[in-house]
Amino acid sequence: MSGSAMARDGRIALKHGAGGRAMRDLIRQVFLTDADSVPFEGIGPAAMDDGAALKLGDRWLVITTDSYVIQPPFFPGGDIGRLAIAGTVNDLAMMGATEPLGLTCAVVLEEGFPRRGLERIQESMRAACRQAAASVVTGDTKVMGRGELDGIVINTAGVALVRQVVTDRGLKPGDRIVVTGTIGDHGLAVMACRHDLGLETQLLSDVAPLNSLVRAALECTPDAVTAMKDPTRGGLASALHEMADKSGVGIVIDQAAIPIRQEVRAASELLGIDPLHAANEGKAVLGVRAAAAEAVVAALRRHPLGADAAIIGTCLAERPGIVILDTGFGRRLLNEPEGEPLPRIC
Amino acid sequence: MADQDLLAGALRFRDPATARLMTALLTRLVREIGRAPVSVMHVCGSHEQAIAKYGLRAVFPRELDVIMGPGCPVCVTDMPEVDEAVALAQQGPRILTYGDMLRVAGSAKSLADAKAEGASVDVVYSVAQAVRIARESDEQCVFFASGFETTAIATAAVIEAGPPVNFSVLSAHKYIPPVMEIVAEMPETRVEGFLAAGHAATVTGWGIFERFVQRHEMPVVVAGFEPLDILAGLVRLVELIRDRRAEVANMYPRCVTREGNRNAQRLLWRVFKPTGGRWRGIAHVPNGNLRLRDEYAHLDARKRFRIDLERLWDLAPPSLAQSCICGEIMAGVASPNACPLFGRQCVPENPVGACMVSSEGTCRIWHEYGGHLDLGARE
Repeated sequence: MSGSAMARDGRIALKHGAGGRAMRDLIRQVFLTDADSVPFEGIGPAAMDDGAALKLGDRWLVITTDSYVIQPPFFPGGDIGRLAIAGTVNDLAMMGATEPLGLTCAVVLEEGFPRRGLERIQESMRAACRQAAASVVTGDTKVMGRGELDGIVINTAGVALVRQVVTDRGLKPGDRIVVTGTIGDHGLAVMACRHDLGLETQLLSDVAPLNSLVRAALECTPDAVTAMKDPTRGGLASALHEMADKSGVGIVIDQAAIPIRQEVRAASELLGIDPLHAANEGKAVLGVRAAAAEAVVAALRRHPLGADAAIIGTCLAERPGIVILDTGFGRRLLNEPEGEPLPRIC
Repeated sequence: MADQDLLAGALRFRDPATARLMTALLTRLVREIGRAPVSVMHVCGSHEQAIAKYGLRAVFPRELDVIMGPGCPVCVTDMPEVDEAVALAQQGPRILTYGDMLRVAGSAKSLADAKAEGASVDVVYSVAQAVRIARESDEQCVFFASGFETTAIATAAVIEAGPPVNFSVLSAHKYIPPVMEIVAEMPETRVEGFLAAGHAATVTGWGIFERFVQRHEMPVVVAGFEPLDILAGLVRLVELIRDRRAEVANMYPRCVTREGNRNAQRLLWRVFKPTGGRWRGIAHVPNGNLRLRDEYAHLDARKRFRIDLERLWDLAPPSLAQSCICGEIMAGVASPNACPLFGRQCVPENPVGACMVSSEGTCRIWHEYGGHLDLGARE
């Protein structure tokens, strides 16, 4: 192996946490080598879904965990506390579990982290919990030395009981693809503030708990929602690729139908970052049976977090695993981001 | 946002209905020429980006071959230039550069490899940001500058404005007009006309191509970067080829004049001098590289530091790189599909050639957007 390849293969790079193919490969190669050694009934790590589902009598116990490491911890539209609650509530919701039984919260702080900042984060976690009708039922706090960690890391986990689990692999040919709102808001807001771009914009993160919105979609027509995923890291593009791949269908997306805020579009054009690659923290992608698609969109739009919900695409039997973008001018493959999105050079 | 919406409404460069009319016209013109393929070349990553991003290859007439030439500044940055930056990073100074430059392979390693091993390498979005970082730092900060004349002008402005003493520039800037001559003269290229980059022409003016069209007896059309700009540029170019007219046409008049931006040109040539040098995979290009003039030697990282390249030479060069055909792809002689590594050993996560690194590289664009794949007609 060459020196260059060795340097790439021997160490963890940022792309391994970016939500794309590199991360999925790493999980498969390192964590899933004996994923099936203890058999159980349900959805486990090999599914690489938003969480796990364990059979419990006639119901499913859905469980999920996530660590939050965002820089900066306070960003336009939210902070790491709101993100940590919304992220875990949403991972549960994406499996059809819209009523969290309880959440856990473990905080690791860097020596010197301002106490006022921690209090603000705690207040915002409480507010997010109220919005999601969830509560943190246990937690843990650790402090590490200065420089051993970048400010603050929060881990949350959540559990919920449901009668029916929704996965990210249930798309069938003919299903419509629905998004619950505008795309790219969180990623562009954080990127603009992280990189000191000096843009005078009103970019705001969309971070929000989606469980009540998802409930509205699930309840409007029984069995209409065939698959769900929240397009977080890797953005809408990664979510669609994963859903197409796992479901064994092709997807054609109508670019003009994707709701994107004008300011997000402008910032993304300026930076050369595709809004479909930018993270969302308050949106869901749904596969919906064609006959029910309009009704589900109408139900989503009646919810304050779903006002911009739209049908953006269709699933095909042909070309399984392939996502095609119809640009209105022509057609191309929808590309998946590799690593952290970087702005172009000229 | 009201102003922006109005503006977007007025600028109808993204009207799919007009695009369909232009595509139909383009197809008719190509067929009037009555032979296939009709080959044209653009020399700009942004053109390829727009073509790919809007899926235009799916609607180009089959008889028209739109080749991407050496238009990606990251791709044509030669290995020794990357080596200089890597060696410098390992020697201690902090390297500031544009995102794509991190992953371009040098002869032994990339800047990203050096960063993973502990060297101080950071991505910046503009040369101004690099200066700002230097101003707030005590370290020696070296801006590893890449890009064509458009980007070089931003570097020149910063240099002339007098950056802080701990700031210097490692220039890998390139100048496009000379390489067009090289490509036009390559015996294996069958190019019948060029689509020139609108933003570069904003600086140089379209007049710079007048001698070129006479010498090579082929048309040059200056085009912008919206999908309709590109289609309009191709329509004009194919029309000129059909009529056997070797002339320059400016299809980007809202930005480009015959003279160009005189102030920018003067600034560029006050700070930089053209020198010959290798473009990765292409050839030695006389006057194709931009280096700092002697008046600015104190800001030239090559003069400020003794860059020790020898330390890198102990490492074996990547053997896969020997089967990489980046050069032929950038010269427009081969398509990515013709490369045995494309999409197999060479993928964006683990690029072998520079064309797979940059978002403006042909291979990367084809890998992401599917090149010529038949993706089905619109419903």
